[in-house]
Amino acid sequence: MRDRSFVPSRILIYLSVSLIAVAYLAPLVVVVLNSLRTNEEIAQGSMIGWPQHLAWSNYAKAWSGFCVAETCAGIRPYMLNSALVTIPATIFSTLLGAVAGYAVSLWRFRGDNWIYGIVTLGLFLPQQMRLLPWTIVLRDTGLINTLTGLVLIHTIQGLSFTTLFCRNYYIAIPHELIRAARIDGAGFFRIFWRIILPLSAPILIVTVIWQFTHIWNEFLYGVTFTTGQQQPVTAALIALSAAIADIPQHGVQSAAVIIAALPTLLIYLLGGRYFVRGLTAGAVK
Amino acid sequence: MTDVVSTASRPGRRATSDVVRRLPEYLMIWVPLLLSAAHLISFSLWTIWISFTPSTLIPVSGWVGLRNYNSVLASRNWQIAFDNLLLFGSAFVLLSLIAGLLLAILLDQRIRGENVLRSIFLYPLAVSFVVTGTVWSWLLNPGIGIQKLVHDLGWTSFRFDWLIDRDMAIWTIVIAAIWQSSGFAMALFLAGLRSVDGDIIKAAQIDGAGPVRTYWRVILPTLWPITITVVVVQLQFAISAFDLVRALTNGGPGIATQLPALVVYDLMFQRGQLGRGAAAAVLMLLILLAVLLPYAAWRYVQRRQATHA
Repeated sequence: MRDRSFVPSRILIYLSVSLIAVAYLAPLVVVVLNSLRTNEEIAQGSMIGWPQHLAWSNYAKAWSGFCVAETCAGIRPYMLNSALVTIPATIFSTLLGAVAGYAVSLWRFRGDNWIYGIVTLGLFLPQQMRLLPWTIVLRDTGLINTLTGLVLIHTIQGLSFTTLFCRNYYIAIPHELIRAARIDGAGFFRIFWRIILPLSAPILIVTVIWQFTHIWNEFLYGVTFTTGQQQPVTAALIALSAAIADIPQHGVQSAAVIIAALPTLLIYLLGGRYFVRGLTAGAVK
Repeated sequence: MTDVVSTASRPGRRATSDVVRRLPEYLMIWVPLLLSAAHLISFSLWTIWISFTPSTLIPVSGWVGLRNYNSVLASRNWQIAFDNLLLFGSAFVLLSLIAGLLLAILLDQRIRGENVLRSIFLYPLAVSFVVTGTVWSWLLNPGIGIQKLVHDLGWTSFRFDWLIDRDMAIWTIVIAAIWQSSGFAMALFLAGLRSVDGDIIKAAQIDGAGPVRTYWRVILPTLWPITITVVVVQLQFAISAFDLVRALTNGGPGIATQLPALVVYDLMFQRGQLGRGAAAAVLMLLILLAVLLPYAAWRYVQRRQATHA
């Protein structure tokens, strides 16, 4: 319980918490260590082991050396693809979601509850229900196998989350503030720019972190709508492990995995508090 | 200024120019929301429609009634996927609830380094399932992972080969899924524990209740609304699980770890059976609704009780 008097139970608590923490960290530690071991060293033993000498060359190979299918450019082009999809889609969906959240919570207009209700259904609708229509739409607009197509998808689909996050945050802003500004003659954009946006920093950080993490980590759309050189890094990782299944290169693969996971891990380390807030906000709906 | 008065007093031209003046505002409000709402509704209807057509490699019109549904439901692929979903869904949800609750209770003991520990339990959620699935596929691979390590250490009869065992392979997905997302349950439970009224706890202690009893009788019962939320969110994840399985087992060995989302993908993009793939997607949606509709009803009742109280 919540008193510190009983020492043995405290020791037990610390012991179990530490053991569980080790279990949670173990996969990460194993991959980091592997990324510094040579492929031969791993092949002789197992994936779990201490590097005999640090093979930094794994990272160079993973970044720009190894081959997927015919191209030998490492993971770099796919990292670039992921960045070129994730950054614009995060910015667009967050900004549009902020405006939409403000419109349905504070500005109010006829039908706002209805449209908001429908938009939030997007939180629940499985991706599988949209796969075929997106395929057809992208093909007919010539956006299949382009990064632009993925940006479009993630912007439109992200709106369900970003609108919800912002709306739930803005709903706490006193309506009198908006009413007074309207009486003073301020319009939709002016109120957004002068009143809403300056109050929005916390929720915009939550939303940006949420969107960035989700779009960067997304796999199904990436693998369905793009091929070869256009794929985001998640899809490329799967292609990579299929491509080198015959001659395992676990050291290089581990380095590639670390590189691919690094952007979202860094964001988590820097903004963990906001990340958790997004998780719980997304759950409570 | 006061738009209402001016449009009311002179409806005609003034109203039109008002609409023109406010056009950017209308566009900004309606275009994103309408695009989002329209794609959700039309794409759902579109997929449902395709599921009733004889489409194979390309979508075609025509009506085959429930034929696609019947053939999906009769296929071994789907039956295995559905059985796996039942097993994976219940085991994963139950075990991650227990793990999450245990972690939350441990972290709630005013321990040092709580922030660091919380970050450790939650970091897997920031990493993509493709990455964690790949890593777990190495660790659980008997040839290079944990089993090999134990063999190299001298215990050569040790066996941990679930990944290539048809009957046990689904449990590797349970392990990886729990590792990745029990932190989520922990975060919600911890928030719940922190919001328990301190006076109730003090009262229980004054009554002579020990720590275990206080938790069991006083604190945990207040957590059940959070528990339901956690269950629903985790079930939603289990039903549409794709990336993790694709990276960890890819449905194998054979089709032993097939799940509905993999069946949908397989039918649509590998076998060129669009009609059946769409039917499988609709079946997935129906499974999801079987979870979400009762939850929505429960939430509705809760809210009404809250407003009436």
